[in-house]
Amino acid sequence: MADYKWPEEGKRKYIGKRISRVDGPHKVSGRAKYTYDLNRPGMLFGKILRSAHAHAKIVSIDISAAEKMPGVKAVKIIQGPGTEIQWALDEIAAVVAVDEPTAEDAIRAIKVVYEKLPHFVNEQNLDQVPAAYRRQPTEQTKGEPDAAFKQSDVVTVEGTYGNDVITHCCLETHGLVAEWEDDKNVLIHPSTQSVSSIGQELARALGIPAGNVHVKMDHIGGGFGSKFPIDRWGIEAARLSKMVGGKPVKIMLERDAELAVAGTRPSAYAKVKVAATKDGKLLAWDSESWGSGGVAGTGMPPYPYVWQIPNAKTKHFSITTHVGPQRAWRAPNHPQAALITMSAIDDLAAKLGTDPLDFFIKNIEMTGVRANVYKDELLKGAEMIEWKKLWRPRGEGAVGSTKTLKRGLGLSIHTWGGGGHASDCDLTIHPDGSVEIKLGSQDLGTGTRTTIQIVVAESLGLPFDGVKVYIGDNKYPPSGSSGGSTTIGGVSASSRRASIDALNQLFEKIAPAMSTTPDKLEATGGKIQVIGDPTKSMTWKQACAKLGTQPLTTRGKHPGKESLTSAGVGGAMMADVTVDIETGIVKMNNFVAIQDCGLIIDMKTAESQVFGAMIMGIGYSLYEEKIMDSQTGRMLNGNMEFYKLPGLADVGNFKVHMMTGKGYDERGPIGLGEPPTVSPGAAISNAVANAIGVRVSTIPLTPERVLAALAMKKGGSNG
Amino acid sequence: MSSPDDRSDIAADIPENSEFSEISNDNGGVSRRNFLKGSSVALTIPLIAKGEKIVKAGGAEVKVLGPDKVNITLNINGAQRTASVETRVTLLDTLRNELDMTGAKRVCDRATCGACTVVMDGKPVYACTVLAVDAQGKSIQTVESLDQNGNLHPVQQAFVDNDAQQCGFCTPGFVMACKALLDKNPSPTQEEMEMGLGGNLCRCGTYNGIKGAVAQASQEMKKTRTMKGGRGNG
Ligand code: FES
Ligand code: FES
Repeated sequence: MADYKWPEEGKRKYIGKRISRVDGPHKVSGRAKYTYDLNRPGMLFGKILRSAHAHAKIVSIDISAAEKMPGVKAVKIIQGPGTEIQWALDEIAAVVAVDEPTAEDAIRAIKVVYEKLPHFVNEQNLDQVPAAYRRQPTEQTKGEPDAAFKQSDVVTVEGTYGNDVITHCCLETHGLVAEWEDDKNVLIHPSTQSVSSIGQELARALGIPAGNVHVKMDHIGGGFGSKFPIDRWGIEAARLSKMVGGKPVKIMLERDAELAVAGTRPSAYAKVKVAATKDGKLLAWDSESWGSGGVAGTGMPPYPYVWQIPNAKTKHFSITTHVGPQRAWRAPNHPQAALITMSAIDDLAAKLGTDPLDFFIKNIEMTGVRANVYKDELLKGAEMIEWKKLWRPRGEGAVGSTKTLKRGLGLSIHTWGGGGHASDCDLTIHPDGSVEIKLGSQDLGTGTRTTIQIVVAESLGLPFDGVKVYIGDNKYPPSGSSGGSTTIGGVSASSRRASIDALNQLFEKIAPAMSTTPDKLEATGGKIQVIGDPTKSMTWKQACAKLGTQPLTTRGKHPGKESLTSAGVGGAMMADVTVDIETGIVKMNNFVAIQDCGLIIDMKTAESQVFGAMIMGIGYSLYEEKIMDSQTGRMLNGNMEFYKLPGLADVGNFKVHMMTGKGYDERGPIGLGEPPTVSPGAAISNAVANAIGVRVSTIPLTPERVLAALAMKKGGSNG
Repeated sequence: MSSPDDRSDIAADIPENSEFSEISNDNGGVSRRNFLKGSSVALTIPLIAKGEKIVKAGGAEVKVLGPDKVNITLNINGAQRTASVETRVTLLDTLRNELDMTGAKRVCDRATCGACTVVMDGKPVYACTVLAVDAQGKSIQTVESLDQNGNLHPVQQAFVDNDAQQCGFCTPGFVMACKALLDKNPSPTQEEMEMGLGGNLCRCGTYNGIKGAVAQASQEMKKTRTMKGGRGNG
């Protein structure tokens, strides 16, 4: 009998190999259909009128002119008179029309009268946050921080560090097509990270049974944590469709709305004091932090991050603002925690006159259970980036620096949980030998389709293309939302279990014909054979024919028998940058990532995810910032010219090393969406500090901020 | 109290009392934006009967199109395609909404990201920033034309092999930009590649794969050229 355990390294045919994503040809040819691309028969276009003000009461809305316009099919008030709007571009009313231009005209024809109320949108400076926007602080203490800082043999640094608010900026904006199949059943095509559960949310809002919502999605143009909920526009699209007799209504957010209301990563700022003993042992931490994720404020990132400093004190203020609310953004809270912690510790190492690599390794036991992983990763990374050859003490400029071009190296380490989400799947073996697997999962571009196909083909000993994977439909067995790096753990485990169960049932059917018992059989190379005896074999097709007319279907589940996935990974990153001290421009030279994620199913797509996280990391380290106008309360850069993403020429060279083999593989597959997005900010900020001899306190490290920090340094302040 | 949000658009720069706005008012209450888009077109495109008007601008009689829909003919991937669109509608929206050719994506809708890239008369253009009426008489090539009988174009194959895509939403735009680059310059230097693809953005961070894809496609296309006796492979 086959068992669930993942195959040993020498026996893997596809797992861990470099396999091209299965939907690649579909995507490169422009034939992959995303929500945004759907042209359903008779489809109408919906547009949303959005609030002009960040904080205002709606006094009146006049939709009469819009309703009378030719081509307009429905107009609906979403938030009526009396409502208090809490952020600019919030939804006020919607129209449905025969085409987009008509819908846009109708939006302009709606008259809203607002009563403006005071707003607050910029929380960078804690002293300037009005009391009304500042929640009661939360405080925590561990050990004896006050006493520790007073010890005679300590070296202490103090600094202020921060990350500004950024957005997800999915290239495919949020939205959906909604249509009623009859007066009870609605079909939606959302751009979502939650195929199996988003329909339940819509059903609740509409007051219909969950089973009456059919959800379909083939491809999604980016989510990054922002596309879990049905959202107000999703619910309204369904209602508007009903108003127009069930016809399909498509609502996709405009770019300005996408950036203003469809999710942010909260800001995080902190005044930090951190101390080590003179001989370089981390001793004490004290931080006063604040940050905002919009009207709901935001909790404290885990300070101090990764390092379990024995004496630590934290105080955190959650700040509320009139800014579109936060959503999960890859590895919620971790990048902020890493930036603030690793920057402070890097400054401490500099003050001690120590190479931060040596300082990290000297204190590595303080990282807890993964100390050895981090140590191996740091040593590997140092070799990849030639740390010992290039690194020079802060301000001297690493090897290769000139008078105006200063090179620097920086590093950071990070962690993430992962683990597998709940996942059900149905695997069917047909009597003709074809195999299919169905589950209500989604592929965010992480390679989920590909990895499921790898697991099934590997488990059944079939050629890779002998398996067909169906996802993206909530009529398939439910599988979890794709968030928190839990998808690969969930879907690989459930599809492995379904495959092994199916195989064992097939063995039972054919064992008598092969004059043996099921426990003596194995599936390999498109055949079923007596273990270790290829002369006693049957082709896959012959074996499946024994099923008669009844296909064999098994339900795979996660969680389930045998531990097939686990949680908790460690990673390290090192950045090599050059800063032009005349212009303040930071250029990436080399960027290195070393990551552990358990058993890797597809090396090619796994590496891509790490590269991608590093590039998103360069974005938020150097360019991205949601800039709010204090006067109007609106986002100033709600477009892609000024909400800047890195381009191909901005990213430098990459090296990625995945930790695999003994000590890693037996943990099973663990997700990769979050971990490598955590460290870039800290690694790059540390590299810049190393290059120019002064800390630029807040990311993104824009030229203006770099020059200001250099000017402060020149002015004699210790930065 | 204040009035509803008047979303800024290109026409917002034109003063209310300019000649343009007077004429647009004569023209049946067309919004300034519609008029501008219509008028910018009229001076450059061949005669089209439906939806055409003569108005006075700057003392001269000029032909304008719109605001009603006009019938247009576009040469897309070698075929003549017709559509009926308002003059303010872009080539991108015509491809996507009227002709169901959705390979080119709408992302920024204002000439920043390149997701909408198509090739027009041999040059890569942002389809979101070309009016459909202006695209008449030009040869337009979209991503849908690249693969033939199930065989991917070398650029597409290189994107697949190098995993130069994740969510894939930017990919058709990159593929077209990359093809246009290599058609013109079969062996781009690093700098030339960065220039050629500098008008495209990817959020998932696939640049490492894209660099590899350009290198592979460059090799492959050179081989094909040699085999075909020095001719490009379209
Ligand atoms: S959609 Fe045309 S350049 Fe972005
Ligand atoms: S692959 Fe997702 S935006 Fe480029």
